[in-house]
Amino acid sequence: MAETLRLANAEQVRQAVAWALAAGEPLEVVGGGSKPGLGRPVSARHRLDLGHLATIVSYEPEELVLTAGAGARLCDIHEALAARDQELAFEPPDLAPLLGGPPDAATIGGILACNLSGPRRIKAGAARDHFIGVKGVSGRGEAFKSGGRVVKNVTGYDMSKLLAGSHGTLAALTEVSVRVLPAAEATRTLLLLGLDDDAAVAALGRAARTPFEASGLAHLPAEVAALSSVPEVAAHRGAVTAIRLEGPRESVADRAQSLAREFSDLPSASLDREASRALWAEVRDAAPFAAWPDRVVWRLAVPPAAGAETVARIKAQVGCTALYDWAGGLIWLALDRGIEAAAESVRAGLGAPGGHALLVRARADVRRRVPVFQPQAPALAALSARIKDGFDPKRILNPGRMYEGV
Amino acid sequence: MRMPEPDAAVIGRKPAIVAALSAIVPGEGVIADEDALKPYECDGLSAYRQPPLAVVLPETADQVARLLKLCDSQGINVVPRGAGTSLSGGALPLADGVLLGLGKFNRILDIDYANRCVVAQPGVTNLAITQAVEEEGYYYAPDPSSQISCTIGGNVAENSGGVHCLKYGLTTNNLLGLEMVLMNGEVVRLGGKHLDAEGYDILGLVTGSEGLLGVITEVTVRILRRPPAARALLIGFSTNESAGQCVAKVIGAGIIPGGMEMMDRPAIHAAEDFCHPGYPLDVEALLIVELDGTQAEVAELIERVRAIAEATGAVSVRASESEAERQRFWAGRKAAFPAVGRISPDYYCMDGTIPRGRLAEVLARMQELSREHGLRVANVFHAGDGNLHPLILYDANVGGELEKAEEMGAAILKLCVEVGGVLTGEHGVGVEKRDLMGVMFNDTDLDHQQRVKCAFDPAGRLNPGKMFPILHRCAELGRVHVHRGRLPFPDLPRF
Repeated sequence: MAETLRLANAEQVRQAVAWALAAGEPLEVVGGGSKPGLGRPVSARHRLDLGHLATIVSYEPEELVLTAGAGARLCDIHEALAARDQELAFEPPDLAPLLGGPPDAATIGGILACNLSGPRRIKAGAARDHFIGVKGVSGRGEAFKSGGRVVKNVTGYDMSKLLAGSHGTLAALTEVSVRVLPAAEATRTLLLLGLDDDAAVAALGRAARTPFEASGLAHLPAEVAALSSVPEVAAHRGAVTAIRLEGPRESVADRAQSLAREFSDLPSASLDREASRALWAEVRDAAPFAAWPDRVVWRLAVPPAAGAETVARIKAQVGCTALYDWAGGLIWLALDRGIEAAAESVRAGLGAPGGHALLVRARADVRRRVPVFQPQAPALAALSARIKDGFDPKRILNPGRMYEGV
Repeated sequence: MRMPEPDAAVIGRKPAIVAALSAIVPGEGVIADEDALKPYECDGLSAYRQPPLAVVLPETADQVARLLKLCDSQGINVVPRGAGTSLSGGALPLADGVLLGLGKFNRILDIDYANRCVVAQPGVTNLAITQAVEEEGYYYAPDPSSQISCTIGGNVAENSGGVHCLKYGLTTNNLLGLEMVLMNGEVVRLGGKHLDAEGYDILGLVTGSEGLLGVITEVTVRILRRPPAARALLIGFSTNESAGQCVAKVIGAGIIPGGMEMMDRPAIHAAEDFCHPGYPLDVEALLIVELDGTQAEVAELIERVRAIAEATGAVSVRASESEAERQRFWAGRKAAFPAVGRISPDYYCMDGTIPRGRLAEVLARMQELSREHGLRVANVFHAGDGNLHPLILYDANVGGELEKAEEMGAAILKLCVEVGGVLTGEHGVGVEKRDLMGVMFNDTDLDHQQRVKCAFDPAGRLNPGKMFPILHRCAELGRVHVHRGRLPFPDLPRF
């Protein structure tokens, strides 16, 4: 049974990692534990629990920056920001329902360590784009920092980018600074009804090519839309393609009209504030797939125009259901019941357009056996291993979480 | 500022090295003649000059790979160069180093409107990307002042910004993919037309790495639809404080302008004299606030910002009524550097970032520094994101003035760090701010950065002498220091 080390501050984190290094004991790094089973299983007798580094250290709305302990809970951060009409523009997903984690547990450090971003990624950038400063402890048991508390900064290597999405394999984050932005005054969603995947991805591309600055471009095929908890979506009994507009009130009204004109050739509907918010939260969290806890789930990033053809190629090999976000550039894929992973079929489906596929939800023994993260070309894999060597030469932090031996 | 001691043995082998380079890049692709090397002796930071051992101008990624492999195996340093517009000496040559110019990589390879991206070779200029797609209503967002000549590869190396990055981001936020050659000659592809990395975000790490990690041979950037409307406000203030407050209030009101620039009195006067944009001359500070979006959005936001400005004590507010007038508002700001160049024999352009709220205080202390050093300073400022560009006016022909200007520049950058900012917002560390890195980072911080370098270039052949004040050997950096094997906090709650 793993022993959990609950750390109260950055110095304790440093001491714990230094001990682990000396003792040759690998550590599983954990924030709020909201995403159990994401990544390859880590064999470690000790867990490094950062969930108590939970303070919001400073928040300056006029500087558009917030600094917090890595274990600060996202729900607390959302609340602090909402009080000043601001938000994390990358729209962090909560994958707890999908992955069977506890509610309201997700931390800012965890979301950055996984570089997870929601539907607004296409307009506002990814988690990594908002990650401007970091303090952490590397696998050498040394505390270090990088970046700062200002957005425009090219002083030294951009280590925040490297640490974002490194899944705790390079450093245990202790404190992070993120850029925050004003929350949109108004939001409205246009729904296009009954499109098949090809037509839907084409329509999303068409919307993306207008100057109306959509902040969400998603497609729910009929069987996914049927699972929606938003009555206005489920009621259509068919596929729903969603285009979200956000911004100042007048601007949203104006763009919504223009967009409706652009798509006047297709049957459509629109969603107001609350229903719109609920739909995009579902898309963000891949929530419909939480209803199928026994089905394997993949997350694919592809060139947006290739979204539907990628899914068609995979479907020719393996039964699955898709949910499209990012104008077709992000595909959540739930495999039919009983299929273990079908990694080769899924990855072969990426084909010439390229991209990558992450096995998000599968049994631990499957994740041990199957490459969870997209396999890399040899030169790139070797480079990644050398980067790991620099931060964590003895493989103390989350060893093997992303790739074997890294 | 000292560069690493040149290796006399390498310089002594010049004929053999030139022959080996010519075997890879035949014809006129290798320059070794001293007169012909002269144009390459500096970049945009012209106070530092050093002709390289030789210049090589490859045309293919395969040639780049063979060149790097050759230099790596023969212990020859390499300095990559795009258009040579760096303001921090990023492309300053080394006496014992080969300067690898990417000017012949000048083709746009793919314009993909369906995926809203452009694939270009690294020597394509920043502006050429926008020009290639503007007929279809698109543009490439980062717009550094040097965009006519600076290259997209150089933009990636420096993570270049521009006046619109508050809203649209820096190069790193607009980059989708790269092809890059490592010092050992291996070619790696990072990203593509999709979003986000499959493993470590090496694309993000390489952006802004100032040519120390690899040589970029292909770039994929995202392009955006040009907003249907853009208008600018020209707002004058009688104090820097009220201008700074206005900036804070605009952002506090939830408005992120497309651009928000500030100029101080000396910069306003220099610009007005230079190109007559119609700036008010009886103000201490001038803001240019640009709003973009749909017609309705812009009309609404112009009025909101105008109201904020008036409530903050603006002494003059003018909104552009035509595209020509908007361009005129910008013309003075964009010409600020040459305009200042006309009122002083030389100027030294600095590039710190500060928290916006500390602006008035920093400008006041900058005036003190100006008096102490006996040098005038003009300020242009990306107010939206806190990025200062103080221009220190000096005369290089007056003995000791350059040194005094550099001293004052260092004092300004230290001030930026002291108030919670950073040494460089967009120009890079290069050689210029190399020796100031210790102001922001301790040895442990810098060792972690240098180990990243070791992963890419263990012998330290690529652009040495830039960014890091002290070069450690990778073998030394790689050593693991184990302190004790006992868990030092027995009372820690464990579960």
